[in-house]
Amino acid sequence: MKKTGAQILCESLIKEGVEVVFGIIGGAVLPIYDTFPQYPQLRHILVRHEQGAAHAADGYARVTHRAGVCLATSGPGATNLVTGIACAYMDSAPMVAITGQVARPFIGKDAFQETDITGITLPITKHNYIVTDVTELAKTVKEAFHIAQTGRPGPVLIDIPRDVQQEQTDFVYPDKLDLLSYKVVSRGHPVQIKKAAKLINEAEQPVIIAGRGIIISQAYDELKEFAEKAQLPVAHTLLGLSSFPGNHILDLGMLGMHGTGCANMAVQEADLIIAIGMRFDDRATANTREFAPHARIIHIDIDPAEIGKNVPTEVPVVGDVKSVLTAMNKEIERREHVDWLSQIEQWRYEHPSLEIRQSDELLPQYIVHQIYEATQGDALVVSGVGQNQMWAARYFVYTKPNSFISGGGLGPMGFELPAAMGVKVGRPEEVVWCVAGDGGFQMTIQELATLTQENIAVKIAIMNNGYLGMVRQWQELFYGRRYVDTKLWNPDFVKVAEAYDIPGIRVKRREEVIPAIQKAMEYPGAFLIDFLIEPEENIYPIVPPGESLARFFEPSRPEVLEGKI
Amino acid sequence: MGGKLTDTKHTLIALVEDKPGVLNRIASLFRRRAFNIQSLAVGGSEQPGLSRMTIVTGGDAAQVEQVRKQLEKLINVVKVSDITEEDMVTRELALIKVKATASTRSEIIQIVDIFRANIVDVAPGSLTVEVTGDENKLNSLLGLLRDFGIKELSRTGRIALTRGGSP
Repeated sequence: MKKTGAQILCESLIKEGVEVVFGIIGGAVLPIYDTFPQYPQLRHILVRHEQGAAHAADGYARVTHRAGVCLATSGPGATNLVTGIACAYMDSAPMVAITGQVARPFIGKDAFQETDITGITLPITKHNYIVTDVTELAKTVKEAFHIAQTGRPGPVLIDIPRDVQQEQTDFVYPDKLDLLSYKVVSRGHPVQIKKAAKLINEAEQPVIIAGRGIIISQAYDELKEFAEKAQLPVAHTLLGLSSFPGNHILDLGMLGMHGTGCANMAVQEADLIIAIGMRFDDRATANTREFAPHARIIHIDIDPAEIGKNVPTEVPVVGDVKSVLTAMNKEIERREHVDWLSQIEQWRYEHPSLEIRQSDELLPQYIVHQIYEATQGDALVVSGVGQNQMWAARYFVYTKPNSFISGGGLGPMGFELPAAMGVKVGRPEEVVWCVAGDGGFQMTIQELATLTQENIAVKIAIMNNGYLGMVRQWQELFYGRRYVDTKLWNPDFVKVAEAYDIPGIRVKRREEVIPAIQKAMEYPGAFLIDFLIEPEENIYPIVPPGESLARFFEPSRPEVLEGKI
Repeated sequence: MGGKLTDTKHTLIALVEDKPGVLNRIASLFRRRAFNIQSLAVGGSEQPGLSRMTIVTGGDAAQVEQVRKQLEKLINVVKVSDITEEDMVTRELALIKVKATASTRSEIIQIVDIFRANIVDVAPGSLTVEVTGDENKLNSLLGLLRDFGIKELSRTGRIALTRGGSP
């Protein structure tokens, strides 16, 4: 029996195990939406802006390890996806973005709502397609999911002209792929693994830098065995948080611009860096010329193009992190590194990562830490971008694998709410906290409607300082306190939430924090807390731009309130 | 073609799928990652459905290796080799329309003969010369013809193959 392109798309999605599609209907995807009632096993979540659809699909993908799917119409629908696609690309999240296109006879004629979305997304997708023949559609969907979900994952876009959605053909879902040039390396080369193991066995001051590759590969146990066997301390990139227990004695926390003093000192003094599933991002390395000056570098990554891209590497191992670590664990020797670890404890003592300064004001660090205490770490935390992101990264102890979700590479404000929505849909059994900034929250605030319409129980904590806080901090530190265009007039977020039928409370004082968090947790649905925090609170330490990791700046110690280490 | 001309020239050979948009993907990657293309020639290969591209790019060894690896990541790119250090045959073709008068015509023809180039069109005020060879040969001939006045010039850019066994 012949089927339409729209039916073929839906059936292909089902073949790929898709359960949820985030999207917005529009003219060029009407035939697809018109077939949705025939496929009740596909849940469509109607968002309020396509950027929300893309971030939600991204969040969904990061916690389910399957491609998130978003759907938008041609033209503005497609262009609105762009920020979300770019974010997924930077953070290697698997995504299949489907866009409608004007009918084939109109392509190239500047038709109404026509945009060259394959051209626009060329540099921000792993691959993209325009399907100009319905007989190619099933094959294209199969390829798209394969490409998105294998190797280094990433977004793949499929642009489907409206008349292709309506055209009919026999539906045969291909068993095999015909991808001549796409090969995924999974096992690391044994010679490279032996070389790496030799360096590890000989190292006196080794440090692991754990990146998101560990989470993508789900190599938590392998990393733990690796670190424990050879007593290798673990620093994290931002997106490597929650790849290794944050309360482990070998855990150093995050490195980089706002990394812990301990992690940054350890990396700068190390004689061996074992970089795993990370890409030497400038926010992690600071000045690359002065990065880890005494260290030889082992770099384990599935993407050969990451080797030597930003930092020269002595021993590259190209392969899937889980497979490489499994092999490596057989080659490495048990070590103790007593002197090195006691030096690290000294740095940990000198630069305690969880300390919160004395203040009568409501401090965001305290709030984030109380969310940790209330959940005992058994929650998924989705952050925005900026100070809220750094507080969420630093003051929550990530003991649960893959529990920190953030737009790390692109840094899109407004990621938090829709991504948290996708995370909750992907993992409905988990408690999901969205840590937002008052600026970023307003960039995708419209998704509150989606939470209500679809009954998605995300707990929202707004770190409301009335500023675009991270930029204000830079103005304070590097632009002579000239706060140009960073002060925000804000609406009453509690009233806004109420208008969307979401309960909320405002918290101004420290003693109200714990009861508010409890209240949010006890409420069965979405809940919003507007925390009015100290407006000019900064995130420290900070490595000033252009400096080396060792030259971080932190406020003086005497005002420490809670000297938790 | 854009970018700064630095370090040594590298010759990359890419075997790519002959599909719409592939050239755009490759050119876009060079632009996005701020690599430069000095020349790019593309045409059919010995395998149906695959084209062979010869790309001349500048940069130090690490930069060019980065270009090569980024190109290989493109889904439609089958294989990319940097054959700069290999024993290779390179050729380029140029069409040169040079001003010719009754008094200069025979001198031009003599030069063309020395270079084993061909006259492919004769008009009252000009001769069109076709020349094939490596870049040095083309540049030498152009240098000599420049004195007569070059009206139009079109060069294909370098194409290359390794000698003997396959790359």
